[in-house]
Amino acid sequence: MQEQAAYNYQVVRQFTVMTVIWGVVGMLVGVIIAAQLVWPELNFAEWFSYGRLRPLHTNAVIFAFGGCSLFATSYYCVQRTSHAPLFAPKLAAFTFWGWQLVIVLAAISLPLGYTSGKEYAELEWPIDILIAVVWVSYAVVFFGTIMKRKTPHIYVANWFFGGFILTVALLHIVNSAEIPVSLTKSYSAYAGVQDAMIQWWYGHNAVGFFLTAGFLGMMYYFVPKQAERPVYSYRLSVVHFWALIFTYMWAGPHHLHYTALPDWTQSLGMIFSLILLAPSWGGMINGIMTLSGAWHKLRDDPILKFMITSLSFYGMSTFEGPMMSIKTVNALSHYTDWTVGHVHSGALGWVAFIAIGSCYYLIPRMFGKTEMYSKRLIELHFWIATLGIVLYIASMWIAGVMQGLMWGATNPDGTLTYSFVESVKDSYPFWAIRLLGGVMFLSGMLLMTWNLIQTMRGGRAVNDAPVLAPAAAH
Amino acid sequence: MDVNDLRSIITVVSFLLFIGIVFWAWSGRRKSDFDAAARLPLDDDQPLPPATHGNAQRTSQ
Repeated sequence: MQEQAAYNYQVVRQFTVMTVIWGVVGMLVGVIIAAQLVWPELNFAEWFSYGRLRPLHTNAVIFAFGGCSLFATSYYCVQRTSHAPLFAPKLAAFTFWGWQLVIVLAAISLPLGYTSGKEYAELEWPIDILIAVVWVSYAVVFFGTIMKRKTPHIYVANWFFGGFILTVALLHIVNSAEIPVSLTKSYSAYAGVQDAMIQWWYGHNAVGFFLTAGFLGMMYYFVPKQAERPVYSYRLSVVHFWALIFTYMWAGPHHLHYTALPDWTQSLGMIFSLILLAPSWGGMINGIMTLSGAWHKLRDDPILKFMITSLSFYGMSTFEGPMMSIKTVNALSHYTDWTVGHVHSGALGWVAFIAIGSCYYLIPRMFGKTEMYSKRLIELHFWIATLGIVLYIASMWIAGVMQGLMWGATNPDGTLTYSFVESVKDSYPFWAIRLLGGVMFLSGMLLMTWNLIQTMRGGRAVNDAPVLAPAAAH
Repeated sequence: MDVNDLRSIITVVSFLLFIGIVFWAWSGRRKSDFDAAARLPLDDDQPLPPATHGNAQRTSQ
């Protein structure tokens, strides 16, 4: 027999381990800023103040935790469904080290106060350039592997990963167009309402493609894998993909309701946000129904519990999102904690859960084990994290609706019933419950870290998984 | 014809393209191909078949 080619597991393993580590770091920063809202005395230094740590939290959980999990799972999925090792392995290694450098630079520059002031795109221009270089390398590795594939089809998960990679490149490069005035300061190339529109075209599609399409790719590979059944409907997955591609791009204006943005643009954003309910729920049903006829597996497989619960939260938050994009609802919800609750229902419930489930699938395979060190710890992780999310989003719903009602209340003579600080005072109990929910979610991640270390112990770094021939031609 | 006409045309063409994709995905002809594609993640754990057929061996070079 000829020398057997092996899948590139090294880069997958590196990204998988860093997913867990950055998850702990990013969520710890989240817990710190949640505590700062309850106890403002904790803002004891400029670099430790809420305003600087908040972007550090969002960047760490989205781009460090979420980003590493997307790199890991897409590199794993594309190799195994293409029956080919990664194209350009050195470039793949560069994407790992380059991405870690981006994260470290973010962790240093954001607390020091260097920011371009664009939400979810705060990093200054030299880091933006590094991100673009890493991202283009990622695209070369991913699509190069697709081109090397030994199967006639490109599996649907790879369509989602591919769509996510291309769109994020486009979003990042267009939104980060900026004019540097020094090494650490730049100004946006756009002005006024155009700048706001481009920012939220980027911002919402960061949700739509980074936090949705990419993680749907994860869902379409790891749910069938863990359930050992093919996806419920492949044709639905094809329509799901194209429906998301054709509609997501238009939804951004719902972040700018009742601003200087033209009214028709706001309405357009609202309509397309409402349309998005259809593909989102189509995808959710497709994922959950993959288990149809094998529901019993859910009873004793905590990894499947993570995955199926993530789809439930996906369904919930993609119902809530379109509702909140309706202008009259948005008049109540915008700028309140309801938005924060909505984001975390999606980010913790959907994004983190599907990523955690996929990592639990990957870790033993990366370290030559058949399963994680402790299944009971996964089970415990699942329940503590689920309860944490419920506490988090329920407290934010109540706080958000309360804030919206208080801010909008007027006396018969037209003056405001409540001053702003009264709504802050009344929010404290809910912020304390949110902190508790966050601490629980973080505790789950610490259990996962312990489980990871124990699984790595005595394991071996698998670098010889043979590239398999595709199943016989049909 | 100004740029707004072009924008309208692209919107309508995109919509028609999407409707076309829906019909294409649901056409009976695609069934067997889609079934094969749906098996892709599940069939990747199988051992190599005996080295008699040509194509499979191109994997290792």
